[in-house]
Amino acid sequence: MPNHQINPNKWIDLYADYLYNYTISRVNDGIMAQDLVQDTFLAALKSMKNFKGEANERTWLISILKRKIIDHYRKVNSNKGKAEVRITYNDDYETEGDWLEERVADPFDKTAEDTMQNDELGDAIFSCLNKLPEKQAEVFRMKSIEGLDTDVICNELNITASNLWVIIHRARTAMAACLKENWF
Amino acid sequence: MLKCDEANHVCDKVQYKNASFWEKVKLSIHLVLCEACRKYTRNNVKLTKIIKKSHVTCLDRKCKQTMKLKLDKAIKETGTNLP
Repeated sequence: MPNHQINPNKWIDLYADYLYNYTISRVNDGIMAQDLVQDTFLAALKSMKNFKGEANERTWLISILKRKIIDHYRKVNSNKGKAEVRITYNDDYETEGDWLEERVADPFDKTAEDTMQNDELGDAIFSCLNKLPEKQAEVFRMKSIEGLDTDVICNELNITASNLWVIIHRARTAMAACLKENWF
Repeated sequence: MLKCDEANHVCDKVQYKNASFWEKVKLSIHLVLCEACRKYTRNNVKLTKIIKKSHVTCLDRKCKQTMKLKLDKAIKETGTNLP
C-alpha cells in the first residue's frame, strides 16, 4: 500500500487554489468559497491523525471540503422558509408566480457535466503549475490567471519587466509541454 | 526582421494583449518565414485558450497570506507531532 506523506505547512501553496476553484464552481460566492477552503484546512489539521496515507493528500482534503460544502448547503436550506417570507417577487413576466425554489439555480443540476470537465482541466492546470519552479508558478499565476498588469506584478515581486517576460516565457513553454499530452 | 527570441517575446506579449500594432506586424512577417516560431505560437495560443476555457481563478497573495497565518497558528497550537 502506498504510504502518502502529509505536510500541512505546504497545503496553502500546493492546494489552496485547487480547492478554491473546486468550491467556487459549486457555491458561486467568492467570499463563502474562501471561508470554506480555510475551514477545510483547519478541519484537516484537526483530523490529521485519521489520515492513513491510503489516498494522496489532495484527495483527502477534497473529501473534507465536500463535506464542508454539503454542510454549507444544509445551513442555507434550513433558512429557506424564512427567506421565502421576505422575498419580493420581481415583475419579470416569464417567471411570474414561480416558487422561489424554481428560481434558484441548482448548482448540482444541469451544470454537473460542465463542472466535471472543468474540474479535470483545472486539476491538470494546477498540477502542471505545481511542477514549475516557485517563482515561475507565481508569476504565471498572477499574469495569466489573476490577469494582473505587468507593472503591478513587477512592483509586488520587485522584478523588472524584462525579467518578468523571461520568466513568463519559461513558464509558458513548460506549461504548454505539460498540458500538451491530454489537453491540446 | 525579428530574431526568433524576439519573435517569441512578442508572441508572449500578444497572449496578454500587451503587444503593439507594429510588433504584431513584425511577428506576422517572421512567422511566415519561420517554422519553429510558428510551432511555438501555435502552442502558445492553445495554452491561452485552454486557460480561458477552464475558468480557473485563484486566490490573491493577500488572501493566501491570511490563510497561512491562520493555519500556522493552528499548527502551533496542535503541537509538535508534525513530520
